Amino acid sequence: MIRESQDVIVKTLARLLVPFIVIYALYVVMHGHHSPGGGFQGGVILAASFVLLAISQGLDKIRQRLSEKTAGILSSLGVLIYAGIGLLCLLLGGKYLDYGKLSKLLPVEPAQARSLGILGVEIGVALAVMAVMCLIVFTIFSFDEDSGGDE
Amino acid sequence: MIIPFDIILILFIFICAIAAITVKDLLSAVMILGAYSFFMCLLWTQMAAVDVAFTEASVSASIGTVLLIGAVYKTKRRSKD
Repeated sequence: MIRESQDVIVKTLARLLVPFIVIYALYVVMHGHHSPGGGFQGGVILAASFVLLAISQGLDKIRQRLSEKTAGILSSLGVLIYAGIGLLCLLLGGKYLDYGKLSKLLPVEPAQARSLGILGVEIGVALAVMAVMCLIVFTIFSFDEDSGGDE
Repeated sequence: MIIPFDIILILFIFICAIAAITVKDLLSAVMILGAYSFFMCLLWTQMAAVDVAFTEASVSASIGTVLLIGAVYKTKRRSKD
């Protein structure tokens, strides 16, 4: 179990750094389809911001914000977004994940619809990766509760 | 492609890899593994594989190090062999 840090420098610096990490992660996700990066890397950077908060503010405070149940729901939601966009293209008469067919629903050209479709898929991937990474880290670092655990 | 830069990077990677498996303190081994990941990331960038370098830096150097520190904290810090 990670306790809250007693050092005021560590706590303040972590709290100041987190918004910039989150903005950078959102930039990586949003520009993933025409520059390096994408859903997976952006999701991992988002999870890294949660881990930074957890090791500076204590695990209990972060668990109140993002409980294990919420993380599970978020990861399932990410997979649902990915598969839902694919199935939507299937229903509109194309192949699985054939984003060009989304132009029948959206008021844009097929080329733009492809760009928007892959953006939606990447948002789903980022959500799922962030939730699962947070869940793994929380599970690994919460071992003191059930088994006495030696330091 | 810059040959001297490549040779220096590969030298550092070899030093980090050999140090990570020979050191007795496992927490030090985890830290050296993080340094290895960053040098590997530089090498990927030098080979123009920016996406792979991005993944190496975000997954292996940040989250992987945190998970390995958790594993060391949960078991013993000194290695037996």
